[in-house]
Amino acid sequence: MRLTVNGKSHEVNVDPATPLLWAIREHVGLTGTKYGCGVKVCGACTVHLDGKPVRSCVIPSSAAVGRQVTTIEGLAAGGALHKVQKAWVDNEVPQCGYCQSGMIMAVAALLKDKPKPTDADIDATITNICRCGTFQQVREAIHAAAKA
Amino acid sequence: MTMLKMDRRSFVIGSATVGAGLALGLKIPFGPDVVRAEDGSPEVNAWVVIRPDDTVVIRVARSEMGQGTITGLAQMVAEELECDWSKVTTEYPTPGQSVKRKRVWGDFSTGGSRGIRTSHEYVRKGGATARVMLVQAAADQWKVPASECTVANSVITHKPSGRTTTYGKVAEAAAKITPPANVALKDPKEWKLIGKSVKRLDTLPKVTGAQVYGADLKLPGMLTAAIKDCPVFGGKVQSFEAAKVSGMPGVKHVLKVGESAVTVVADTWWQAKVALDALPIVWDEGPNAKVSSADIAKMLEAGLTADQAFVGNSNGDVKAGLASAAKKIEATYAYPFQNHAPMEPMNATAKYTPDKCEVWVPTQNGEAAFAATTAASGLPADKCEVYKINLGGGFGRRGAFHDYVTQAVLIAKQIPGTPVKLLWSREEDMMHGKYHPVMQAKLTGGLDASGNLTALQFRLSGQSIIAAVFPQNLQNGRDFLTFQGLHPSGDFGFGYTVPNLMIDHAMRNTHVPPGFWRGVNINQNAIFLECFMDELALAAGQDPLAFRRKLMANHPKHLAVLNAVADRVGWGKPAPQGVHRGLAQMMSFGSYVAACAEVSVTGGDKIKVQRIVAAIDTGYTVNPAQVERQMAGSFVYGLSALFMEECTVKNGRIEQTNFPAYDSMRIAQMPKVEAIVMPSGGFWGGVGEPTICVAAPAVLNAYAAATGKRVRTFPLKNHGITLV
Repeated sequence: MRLTVNGKSHEVNVDPATPLLWAIREHVGLTGTKYGCGVKVCGACTVHLDGKPVRSCVIPSSAAVGRQVTTIEGLAAGGALHKVQKAWVDNEVPQCGYCQSGMIMAVAALLKDKPKPTDADIDATITNICRCGTFQQVREAIHAAAKA
Repeated sequence: MTMLKMDRRSFVIGSATVGAGLALGLKIPFGPDVVRAEDGSPEVNAWVVIRPDDTVVIRVARSEMGQGTITGLAQMVAEELECDWSKVTTEYPTPGQSVKRKRVWGDFSTGGSRGIRTSHEYVRKGGATARVMLVQAAADQWKVPASECTVANSVITHKPSGRTTTYGKVAEAAAKITPPANVALKDPKEWKLIGKSVKRLDTLPKVTGAQVYGADLKLPGMLTAAIKDCPVFGGKVQSFEAAKVSGMPGVKHVLKVGESAVTVVADTWWQAKVALDALPIVWDEGPNAKVSSADIAKMLEAGLTADQAFVGNSNGDVKAGLASAAKKIEATYAYPFQNHAPMEPMNATAKYTPDKCEVWVPTQNGEAAFAATTAASGLPADKCEVYKINLGGGFGRRGAFHDYVTQAVLIAKQIPGTPVKLLWSREEDMMHGKYHPVMQAKLTGGLDASGNLTALQFRLSGQSIIAAVFPQNLQNGRDFLTFQGLHPSGDFGFGYTVPNLMIDHAMRNTHVPPGFWRGVNINQNAIFLECFMDELALAAGQDPLAFRRKLMANHPKHLAVLNAVADRVGWGKPAPQGVHRGLAQMMSFGSYVAACAEVSVTGGDKIKVQRIVAAIDTGYTVNPAQVERQMAGSFVYGLSALFMEECTVKNGRIEQTNFPAYDSMRIAQMPKVEAIVMPSGGFWGGVGEPTICVAAPAVLNAYAAATGKRVRTFPLKNHGITLV
């Protein structure tokens, strides 16, 4: 099947039922999108499908055919960091960093939907797990990105 | 900008005589050879490589897992080196090189909040010694006394003549200079970099997806493996029907791993997992197949009143003290098993040939991973190597235990020449942890007629990590680590003076393997002690802060952090409408910590933690901004544990196999954390773990203040209490 990831078309020889996460990681070869739970709870696998955030660990690859998949590697446009990534750097958000790809993708989608999110918007939308506990910096960085 | 290289060639010593090279403190009989990094740049010493363009590569033996240790340790080397911080990068030496060079980098273990507190002296000496050598090299070139030269930001200046040069230009010559034996370290008052919130060195690749974690590793010709270990601890594989799955897509091998596990090795991990899930396996569940949480709880309960127990801290005569008390208070607490659940499940990649065994692994302790590699491969140390890869969280799971390394090597041994990446599923990770030990406590306090605490009997009953992991470290059977925060003195010193005191431990071990879980035993000890302090204060009719202060006159540093949080929140003045406060303090991993939690409660069981004000005295602080992040992060880990996390045992196995059955706090539940970093100087305390223990008792005390309810068993979800 053909998958379009970060604007590039890839022919992947993958069972249609294979979760999109594993097609991205093991067939397309982009490993910024992480495996955390495999049951759409933790959010480490968050990517955008036609611009909407999805948890790629439970979406069959076949469901992404003909649609635009954007991963963390495709977020920065033309070599410049996305404003969320920039805010993440400025606020030194990541600790171990493993969950941050998914967190950033979820936040980028939130800001597209609501450019000036309130704390309540953030609480309702950002449900990713971070075991290091970066939430205080995540919140600060979201507001910083919204102002950028 | 940080280069934590994963390539096996990232660290190649250019000299054949490395053992006699520039290792600090070693005598060099025939003049030193220059030891070189892979790119040919000279090592000034084991800690410092300088490239011609003035880039300074600082070697860090400890593992970065988010806690900021590579940045902090590099700051310490750079402080003494007087190099240009903007040109600093870091790299990991390998454990194999450490063996060859007689542990020149010291301990690799990154646990117990030891990264900085146990290596501060030798890493600073590494930087200082290199500086002296570099200055000497410049002075030699100019044929002037080194004492006439000064240095700042990697630029060496000969003041009388005005000549200057840079580290990059003299590094080659400096590497040939015999290291001076005793170089003085700066007075802390002169520090320019230590104590400064410089930016972390490793942020950028974590926001672009570029950072390679163990789970992301790719090697040419690599296969991937999924694994199932016997779900009952102590059980074995009886049989499996490989033929049922060997024809499935991508499947290359179906193999037994040791006595207790089965793996499917395939082209991709997803193929391996699908085939493994379809593989019929019969387990011999062994002697623990019927054990349940209730059995374990009963065993611990019996320990609460057992005659035999190991004493951790005692003074006076607690029996007499309790007998003569005007009022006696008693309470029993219980703390559950918990899994580390780092976001990145356990994994390791191994390649084996009869001549060489190589392992790539996210580890908190490269040397322990190396030991597991040599043991599992059966090869001598000089035929083994371990390459440390970035960790997606550690929290203690990846330190003392390298069961996943052993498995990966045992798999690779069966497929010689082929690199195999073993990745655990989340389910495997949940069911084969090294769990926070289970512990109960019975506390009895005696108050005199004025409400002073005159006697405290504190019995712990439960599992010993040391007995399971490092039995050689037991002291005549006693596990001193069980008493973290309750010790008479030292890095875990008890902060109260009680005239009649007895703290002891009835060791009750289970078949569930225990491990070091961020904070370790301080977590439950802080809950037991600090909640009971509030119970005693209540019984005495006294304010919890005033009650504690009376017992803390001999513990000024404990008291100082407690006072700091009390002052910041305005303890004693009314809280905002509907907000209730609770306090806790502890000494933990060499640092003094305290917290005040402000909570509001709706419907009696929905707790909103509005704010936590927390203070830490680490003695010296290297990077305050990172300390603040560790404090806030530790509260997420600690409060997730308090409210949501328990691993229960049924039929010998762990029942919770994934999130959210084993849940973790989300951003909506995150309190505002105000950190007070108040280094008082003169000692080096830890950072990564100390504060975790004060969040839970502070919240519990605030909840009791709000509702009058004292909860003594955990997690709170078992009482229908939720964090909102």
